[in-house]
Amino acid sequence: MSIVFEKPHALSDVGFHYCPGCTHGIVHRLVAEVLDELKLEGEAVGIASVGCSVFSYNYFECDMVQAAHGRAPAVATGVKRANPDKVVFTYQGDGDLLAIGTAETIHAATRGENITVVFINNCIYGMTGGQMAPTSLVGQVTQTTPYGRKTETQGWPINGCELVSQLEGTALAQRVAVNNVKNIREAKAAIKKAFTYQTEKKGFTFVEVLSTCPTNWGLSPQESLKWMEENMMPQYPLGVYKDKGAKGDE
Amino acid sequence: MSEKVLMKGNEAIAEAAIRSGCKLFFGYPITPQTEVSAYMSKRMPQVDGLYLQAESEVAAINMVYGAAATGARAMTSSSSPGISLKQEGLSYIAGADLPCVIINIVRGGPGLGGIQPAQSDYFQATKGGGHGDYNLVVLAPSTIQECVDLTYKAFDIADQYRVPVMIMGDGMLGQMMEPVSFPAHDDSVTFDKSWACNTTGMKRKKNIVNSLYINPDELENLVWERQKRYDLITEKETRAESFFCEDADIVLVAYGTIARVAMNAVKKARAMGIKAGLIRPITLWPFPEQEIANVAKTAKSFLSVEMSTGQMVYDVKLAVNGKCPVEFYGRTGGVVPVPQEILDKIVEMSKKL
Amino acid sequence: MQKEFIISGFGGQGILFIGKLLAYTGMKNNYEVSWLPSYGPEMRGGTASCNVIISDDAIGSPLVTEATEVIAMNGPSFVKFEKSVAPGGTMYYDSSLVTPNPTRDDIKYIGVEATKLATEMGMGKLANMFLIGKVLKESGVFELDVVFEALKGLVPAKKPELYDLNKKAIEAGANL
Repeated sequence: MSIVFEKPHALSDVGFHYCPGCTHGIVHRLVAEVLDELKLEGEAVGIASVGCSVFSYNYFECDMVQAAHGRAPAVATGVKRANPDKVVFTYQGDGDLLAIGTAETIHAATRGENITVVFINNCIYGMTGGQMAPTSLVGQVTQTTPYGRKTETQGWPINGCELVSQLEGTALAQRVAVNNVKNIREAKAAIKKAFTYQTEKKGFTFVEVLSTCPTNWGLSPQESLKWMEENMMPQYPLGVYKDKGAKGDE
Repeated sequence: MSEKVLMKGNEAIAEAAIRSGCKLFFGYPITPQTEVSAYMSKRMPQVDGLYLQAESEVAAINMVYGAAATGARAMTSSSSPGISLKQEGLSYIAGADLPCVIINIVRGGPGLGGIQPAQSDYFQATKGGGHGDYNLVVLAPSTIQECVDLTYKAFDIADQYRVPVMIMGDGMLGQMMEPVSFPAHDDSVTFDKSWACNTTGMKRKKNIVNSLYINPDELENLVWERQKRYDLITEKETRAESFFCEDADIVLVAYGTIARVAMNAVKKARAMGIKAGLIRPITLWPFPEQEIANVAKTAKSFLSVEMSTGQMVYDVKLAVNGKCPVEFYGRTGGVVPVPQEILDKIVEMSKKL
Repeated sequence: MQKEFIISGFGGQGILFIGKLLAYTGMKNNYEVSWLPSYGPEMRGGTASCNVIISDDAIGSPLVTEATEVIAMNGPSFVKFEKSVAPGGTMYYDSSLVTPNPTRDDIKYIGVEATKLATEMGMGKLANMFLIGKVLKESGVFELDVVFEALKGLVPAKKPELYDLNKKAIEAGANL
């Protein structure tokens, strides 16, 4: 019998705790596939952040360090500076990366810290039950914006890729989505490029993945994908915002 | 024993850390400890180590967390307001059982406070500081030579028990110069680092450095396990020094540079015929309870002398356990007491005997 | 021996350096020493001071409150630290910068036109060394040779000519 599909080696043999329809599982798999393909599992240390993905330390087979809320890029900096030739990645959500951890994110990028950040943007705080995130859309209803996000009081969403692409230390800033097969393939290519750049010591690599949160959005998994396409993509256009490895963008 | 050199406390601590095998230092400027960073920025590149100026104290302590998670010897340094910012990281470091060293050159508070020497962060340092059931080992040098010796010791205690260790000095200790020598560091002792996240190399099962345990029973077990280690530290590492306590009626308790000022007062009191003595805690946590309890059997009264409004005095009272009165004398806000004012207090107490 | 110095003046006058010279000389001659500077905005804003103790025995408080010698290189320092001189102690001051208004009869006052004389000799920046030369001579804390030997250890290796200049200034001060 031939094997046509199996679990990536870098993904642990334990069940995810994620809600049905949540796209964390897809992104976990993509990261693990990339670790397998680049033969980096034994060379990598992953940093789990605070949020739904906090338990990612149970899901990847490489060494894993769990960080305080928002501090993953600082923790990754410590790991990387102690082991400059190893591969270090963080896996963070939007509240973690762009609210409480904004300073750590910006400064890791501006130092050109040779790490890979996988940034899950689903416009909401998932773990704590659906509160407004820094990336929540204008008008978006959440537990803490029951009348919709109002710019007068809550301001506007932050665009992560655009922000870090402005910094010299950033080698790659790319926004992808995991809403269909084509985009999932592009997402994997972006993650692979990020890890490759890291091994080439090009600098800070940042892949923003538009994701869903059916539970806290109050939508079915299918409706969630549609909501992402119709509402998130106009605010967060997919694409490459910075690529130091691309011709003419060095 | 190397030749004596004249060094500031801040610089001596930094050099001692390097000689202890500290390879990574993450700093952020704040008076009166900035010389630690400045010294590290100069020396670390010479020894193939890392000095990194973080974007904040919060980031610095989390960088230490990351570096320590890989099994490396790492350190950060700050002063009171910055140490407050580091409490989050310290709690995580304690919760994840990571060894590291934190320098706190205390200044007056609360808030931005002042920049002059103080001891008003005693509670913060010895009673946890951050959230959760945990302790830091807190070492309190009183001379620049002791800064060196205790820095060596700090890294070893940290590695041996997998705990964060704080060296707590004050602005005076950080800024003053005294002759120091750097004894050869004993590198022969090795510590178990099989828990470190320094990549599997596909040769072992993965390691996880973590402080999250959703199951209360699991968390409780781990916290109690850590408590047993704290008991062991208390048994093995508690340190204090005592002077003239054998026949003392009035026993002063003071730590750090203030112990030296108190010593002057004790000597003057002795010259006046007052039987005064001094206990100097070297470890503030674990606190030298037994040492004090033993002296309390024969002493008639105790006096806790601090640069605070009275913090260590509670630990002294617990140790004396009602056997005799415990009084307090303190200055705060960055004011350093002079021997005479302590002597006045001793004289006042001697009249009540 | 137990000598306790307060040295004070403007930032840039080499206040901390002459303190360090005393402490370093003491260390090199197997005395217990301590050197405690004032620090913070005060240091940046203009005044500088330090406390130096040289002793046969272990040093208790590094803070000097009863100085055997006060060295004042500006007017405010003279006023501020006159009360800190121990009875029988000495107040040294740069009389080209300080107009003395002595208020005590239990201490000695010794003024030296350090800045003026140093400037005349083309060594305006070494007024501190003139003054310390005088202090060494009068206090007897160290022989000059011992200080010169220690000075070698404090002059930057890249600027060996500073040794001769400093030595000359100390000698000139001692001979006043």
